Formats: sequence, structure tokens, C-alpha cells
Amino acid sequence: MERRSVKILILGAGQVGSTVAESLVSEANDITVVDSDGEKLRQLQDRLDLRTLTGNAAHPTVLEQAGIVDTDMLLAVTQSDEVNLVACKLAASLYNTPTRIARIRALDYLNREAVFSAENFCVDFSICPEQILTDYITKLIEFPEALQVLEFAEGKVSLVAVRAFEGGPLVGKPLSFLRSHMPQVEARVAAIFRQDRAIIPEGATLVQDGDEIFFIAASDNIRRVLKEMRRLDKPTKRVMIVGGGNIGRRLAKALERDYQVKLIEFNKKTCQKLAGELTNTLVLNGDGTDEKLMQQENVNEIDVFCALTNDDENNIMSALLAKQAGAEKVLALINRSAYVDLVQGGKIDIALSPAHVTIGSLLSYVRQGDVAAVHSLRRGAAEALELVVHGDGHSSRVVGRRIDEIDLPKGATIGALVRGSEVIMGHHDTVIEAEDHVIVFVVDKKMVKKVEKLFQVSIGFF
Amino acid sequence: MGRLFTVFHALGLLLVVFSIAYLLPVVTALIYGDFILVWDFLLTMLWTFSAGVLMWLVTRRYKGELSIRHGYLLVVAMWTAMPAFATIPLLMMIPNLSFTDAYFETMSGMTTTGATVLTGLDNLPPAINIWRHELNWMGGLGIIVLAVAVLPLLGIGGRQLFKAETPGPMKESALTPRIADTARNLWIVYVAITLACILSLKWAGMGWLDAVCHAFSAMGLGGFSTHDASIGYFDSPLIEFVLIVFMLFAVVNFASHFLAWRGRSLRVYLRDAEAVASVGLIVASCFGIALFLWWREVYPDFLTALRHASFNLVSIATDSGYASVDFGQWPIFAPMWMFFLACTVASSGSTGGGIKMIRTLVLFKQAGREFVKLLHPAVINPMKIGGHVVANNIVFAVLGFIFLYFMSIVTLTFALLISGMDFISAFTAILASVNNCGPGLGVVGPASNYSGLSDFQTWVCTIGMLVGRLEIFTVLILFTPRFWRR
Repeated sequence: MERRSVKILILGAGQVGSTVAESLVSEANDITVVDSDGEKLRQLQDRLDLRTLTGNAAHPTVLEQAGIVDTDMLLAVTQSDEVNLVACKLAASLYNTPTRIARIRALDYLNREAVFSAENFCVDFSICPEQILTDYITKLIEFPEALQVLEFAEGKVSLVAVRAFEGGPLVGKPLSFLRSHMPQVEARVAAIFRQDRAIIPEGATLVQDGDEIFFIAASDNIRRVLKEMRRLDKPTKRVMIVGGGNIGRRLAKALERDYQVKLIEFNKKTCQKLAGELTNTLVLNGDGTDEKLMQQENVNEIDVFCALTNDDENNIMSALLAKQAGAEKVLALINRSAYVDLVQGGKIDIALSPAHVTIGSLLSYVRQGDVAAVHSLRRGAAEALELVVHGDGHSSRVVGRRIDEIDLPKGATIGALVRGSEVIMGHHDTVIEAEDHVIVFVVDKKMVKKVEKLFQVSIGFF
Repeated sequence: MGRLFTVFHALGLLLVVFSIAYLLPVVTALIYGDFILVWDFLLTMLWTFSAGVLMWLVTRRYKGELSIRHGYLLVVAMWTAMPAFATIPLLMMIPNLSFTDAYFETMSGMTTTGATVLTGLDNLPPAINIWRHELNWMGGLGIIVLAVAVLPLLGIGGRQLFKAETPGPMKESALTPRIADTARNLWIVYVAITLACILSLKWAGMGWLDAVCHAFSAMGLGGFSTHDASIGYFDSPLIEFVLIVFMLFAVVNFASHFLAWRGRSLRVYLRDAEAVASVGLIVASCFGIALFLWWREVYPDFLTALRHASFNLVSIATDSGYASVDFGQWPIFAPMWMFFLACTVASSGSTGGGIKMIRTLVLFKQAGREFVKLLHPAVINPMKIGGHVVANNIVFAVLGFIFLYFMSIVTLTFALLISGMDFISAFTAILASVNNCGPGLGVVGPASNYSGLSDFQTWVCTIGMLVGRLEIFTVLILFTPRFWRR
């Protein structure tokens, strides 16, 4: 049975808007994008199969032209919080649009739930890409050994990516050793990537130096498991951030209490504003690629260096310079996916693609079925999903079955499940119950559709 | 010239307002059945009133909005004219009192200095004493603020006057949208705390007259007393304690009191960086000085030392100027530390004098900024006080103020040295005058008073008090050629 295609209206063709459009287009949806900048839209339309409309996204006539009347889902992701709020309000009040998602940056709005309620701006879900990215980087700074730390089930379970190094007790041993070595710690290896090829982990799989290992563990146990894979670095103390934009500012604010933070920003006026807002951060006015300034500020003593300006080339260059000058670990924000692949794993320790980091939370709202969280892994190649299980033994192909009885596609593994507040690691004989949150790791994004279908309740349920 | 008449027009109006103040001594005299005094005060009131009305009528053609510069002129004119009118009852009642001394006394009252040239305070008629203390009280929060509060001040730029009279470098933060409301609210808080002080002092054992007088001088941080021996006369730890509490109240910005009262929350005080620094410094100093006095065996036990150190230190540091013992006899470190505090601890918008804590904080942070700047030449570190950024122009204004403040002290001290006074007396007399503090050391110490000064020396101190109360700029600006240039 063919599903009716979903009509999605995206307001704003900026970074967020175009990335969302890109990832949704492939999933057979009808997409319309509205932006006031016709040039951006033309570029988008050249690449993707969608409809575009130039105009102010908060004006009713523009929305009507964009076909809001029969739209299933509104994604208001323009640069302006206010435009997004007004668009959601109009969509709800005038056009009865069923689902409304808004991108909201200002903490002033986010801190007040009432702003989004049905009586006020009628926002079903609000997302803040800058905040997601900030949380992501904060986690990396907290666990400097990890390549990626992702949270599921409201932070109870984490998926951690780490590169195995000589010196970790597990390196050179089979995976089953993990269990016998640390019987009290529940952890499960979900996937291993060796030279960019996925290996399905089994008890006998040997861990090698240089493997990229994805493991799932209760969030409190992350550090203990990390210790198995490699020698731990010394904890992060000094952080340097280049770029005082939305992300740099949020990050500095999140870190300044626990770390020594230096923030370099080019624009003097922005510096003044930042210095007024931040209390413990040292705000420096200068160029992130100015090696004299970096030396002056002892970049060689820095534990984590984050290049977070709007400019990919600048970020790459200043991260390279910092690494050259002796920074322990460097991180660069890179928008162009071509650059990300080019740079990652070279001198730059972590290349962050904002689109891939943030798209997950948006997608989890957009996707059909009960997807509580979606995280892109390995720059979009793999995915981890948190799915909520419904139904009973008759209507669902999952409920009441042991994990090894479930017909998962090859390359997908059930890492863990959360039942109420309890975290259960996924063993072959674990039985899944209704309302469990199941964390599924998928090594290839193409299998996501199959997995989602597997977890959907069959029609007979209704 | 027409503009100058506008100033006189407003001045006339202010004098009319000021004449109302004579009602309190009139009532006091009536209560005590002293009918000669009733008559004297009524007469003075009439003179002041008529002088005001006359001035107002003659210049009514020039009624108009005051410019910024004329606001300064009006404030200074008012602050020299009011003490002059206030001398009339003193001159009439106290035999052999020269105008110089009387003017010193009333200026000392209005600027909340609390230094006196009079002896035999205990024998003065109650009406005269209440008049002296009322001057203390009115001068505390500012007579022009009061005028702005009770009158819509027909056509006078209220905000300018308010800024020229209220102490502190940052006066932009209005508590209410209208300046008259702000002024009124500040006075309501002031009156309310004063009433509480009167009742507390009565409860602590004073008579009604003493309670009212000392409440006036405590809240204004003036320091006038009805007794030659000042608070030492009562020799009561309870009274001293009550006064300490209320002096600490008065040394905090009244805007904070207002916000705390409106928000029914004490957290306002914790957010007031000035209040925290002031009170913290005072309390720490009390214990420090008490330990010092105990160690130097000035007092046999620590508690006695703490009692005397606390009261006299709070009194001098808050620029009140009461004394319970002759602290001039203490080892010089203690009184000098007290005078140092007197220069710095009062908050802006309080009734105290001196540099003000906010300026001290600004200077401290500025020094810190310079250090950071040396280590990190590229740093951008705006000054922040209580989480708010302080603009650079305010920092410069504070630096300018500090320079003028020290120059004033140096110049006036030299003036006293020329007249032949010894250094300690001259220096502390000027410190006490400019900080509106009261007693100094040596000739003008707590055991004696300013009556021993020559006329010249008295006038030097009078000028110091005026300059200190109006925070130097307001007065000195009149002496710059640019002020008079069109």
C-alpha cells in the first residue's frame, strides 16, 4: 500500500532550511521552500526536486501561495525567531496546519513554555540548532577521548564513538573480553568501523588499533568504558574558541564555569557585547588565523581548540595553525560536506558539520512512526534511532520477541532499551515489551526505512 | 542675563518651599511653651517666605525651562542661600555668635557634616536643637530632591537638578518613569525609615526630643547631637547598637531600599554591589580595629573594644560623625583607618559623603583591567559592576572626579597649613569637611570641636563641606570660564 506523500512547507532557505530540505527530499515528500532571498532559492531548486517561493514567510498571502491550506507540516526555520513564531501562529489559527515546528534561538522564549502553548504561538516543537551544537561540543570537551557522544532517552543512555588505541586493555582482544573484564558495567559495542568499512560486532571480533568503535552504555559509565579502548587523556582545563557568533557565545557561556575559556572574535563591537555577557571568559579581539595572537595567548597550552566562525576556510586554517602550534586537540566547524570528508582524520581531530549534528532532532519530528530521537553518525553515513515500541504480539513484529527473533536487516543492531527508568543492554535473549524505547544502530542509512517499517504497528491494530 | 533671572525665579520658589521647614521648630517651641522662640521662628519663616515670593514675582517674566548649566547654578545658589537663611534663628537666639560661625553651623547641618562650633549644646532650647537636626535630615537626601518630589516644579528641568544634587557617578537608572515619582518614592522610604529609627531610639531609652533629633541626624548621616559629649552622654550599648543599624541603613543607596520595599525582597541588597562592598568592608573593619585596640591594650577586654570600635568606626566611616569615646586618644592607625573608610564606603544615592563606594569599585576594577590588558594586549574587557557593563565615559568621569577630589583636599589642607594649623589637625579637618564626616583629630578631635578655629579657617572648612556635598564638579563648574561663555 502506497503511503500518501506528506506535504511539507519549509520557511527559510538558510543553512538549516536547505539541509532539512535536502534530507527530506529523498524520503518522497512534497516540499515547498519559502524565503525572501530569491537567489538562495534558485540555488536550492537547481540541486533538489522541490518547489520554491520568494516572499516574506510571515505574510498570509505568501503562505497561501505556498499552499499552506493542505500542508501537513510546517517547518519555520528562518533566521528570525519572530517570523517563525508568527508563521506558526498563523498556520494554526488560519489554516489548521496539523504540525508546526519552529526554530527558536532566544533563550527568553525557550525558557517560557507558555509562549509555545496552544493559546499563544501554537508551536508543537521548537528546535534550536545552535543549542544542539553547543551541547554536542560541550560533551566532546567533557570526554576529550570520544569522537562523538550522543544521548538517548533523556540522557540516560549514551552512544559514544571512540578510536581504539594501543594501550587500552581491550585492544587486541575479542569483544567478549569486555564483559568478563568489567562484569559490573553494562556496555555493548554496536559497531566497529575499520578503514571506513563497517564490521558487524560479534563476541569473537578482535579489536584493533585504529578501529572506530561505537558503544552504548548508561551515561554514568562512559568514562569507565572509554578506559578500555585507549589510555585516557588528561582532563580538559583550557579551551580556546575562535568566533563569537551564536555558537561560540553559547559554548563560552556553557563552559566558562568549569574551564578556562578564551574567546577570539574579529569584530570589535561583537567583542564588547560578548565581554558584557560573559563573566569568566577572556574575550580577545583579533583574527583566529593570526599566529602571533595565538602564540601570545599560549595556544600550545590549550587542551581543546574550537574554530567556530561562519567561514569554513577560516575554521580549517585556524584549526590547522593551532594544531601546528601545539594545541592538544582541535575542532573545526565546517558547513561544506566536501570539506568535512577532506579534513576529518587528518591533522584536525574533529570536523563538525552543523547540518549533520542538528538535523537529527528535526528529523525525529518529521519522520513517521514513533521516533524519539535520530542521530547522524559518521557524517550522515550511519544513523542511530530511538524508537518507541507500540502494540502487542499480534499487531507488532517486535513486541514479545527476543532480540534474536526479530527480523532486523543486516547491519542494524539493537544496542539497548529503556524501560521506564531502567536501562537494559540489548542481549540476544532480551525480550522487548510494549512502550520500550529501543535504540537501534544502523550502519548504512539506506536501511533506516526498513527498520522504521519493522517497528510500525500493522494496520490491524487500529 | 535673562537666563540668570530664570535661575532666580526658580530659586525664589525653592526658598518658599524651604520656609515650610521652619514649622517643625515652631511646633517644638509651642510644645515646650517657649513663646519667644515661636515668635522668632515665625518671623524667620516670614522673611524667608517673603524673600522667596519677592524673588519669584520680580523675575516671573523670565519663567522658563532651565538649561543644564543653569541647573548647576541653581543647585549651588540654593545650597549657599539656604544655610544663610537658616542662620537667622541661631543668630537671634545664641548671644555672641558671629555670622561666620552660624553659617558654618548651618552649612555643617545641611551638608550632613555634623561638625559644630557651638558648646553647651545640652542647654540650647529644644527648638534650636531640633532646627539643627532638621537641617541634617533635609540635607541628607537633598532639599531639591524634596522640592522635585512635592512640587511638579513648574517649568524646571527636574531631572537635571536631581542629577546635580544626588551623589554618585551613575544617575541614569530612574526607578519610575517620572522623575517626580522617583523623588517622591525616595522621600517616602526616607521618612518611613526615619520613623522606625525614632521609635527604636525611644525604645532603647532616649527621651522623645533626643530620639527625634538623633533619628534625624542618623538617617541624614549628619552626626549632630543634642549633647556636647555626643552619644557618649547616654553610655548605653543598646542606643549605640540601634544607631549602628540605622547608620548602616542610611549608607546604602535609597534606591535599593525602595526596590527592596516594592519587591518585598531582601535579595535586592545582595545584587547591589555597592551595598555588599560597603557593609562588608565596615563589618570586617569593626572586628579588625577591635582586635587592634585589644592588642594595644586600649581596652581591657575584647567585647568593650568591639563595642567602642564598632560604634565610632561605623559613625566615622558612614560620615555621620558621632563619638561615644575620644577616639583621638587611640593609636593613630585606628582613627586614620576610620577616616580612610569615610572617604570611600558611602554608597551613591545614600546620605553619606566622600568618594562613594561605586567610584572606589570602578577604580579598583580599572586597575584590574589594566593588569589584564598588560598580559593580554588583545583583550576586550569592559568594566562590569554587579553584572552590568560600565561605559568607558563613566570610568573617565570617575578618574576626573578622583583627581579633583584629591586636589580639593590638598589645596584646602594647604590653606589651613598657611593659617598656622598643625598638619594632623588640618588634614583631618579637611578630610572630615570634604567627606561631610564631622570630627577630625587634634584641635578638631572628638573631645573638642571647631569653635577654636579662626574665621579664615572656619570659612575654608565651610567651603570644603559645600564642595564635598555637591561632589566638586557641580561647584567647580561655576568657576570655569566656559560655563559663563555663551
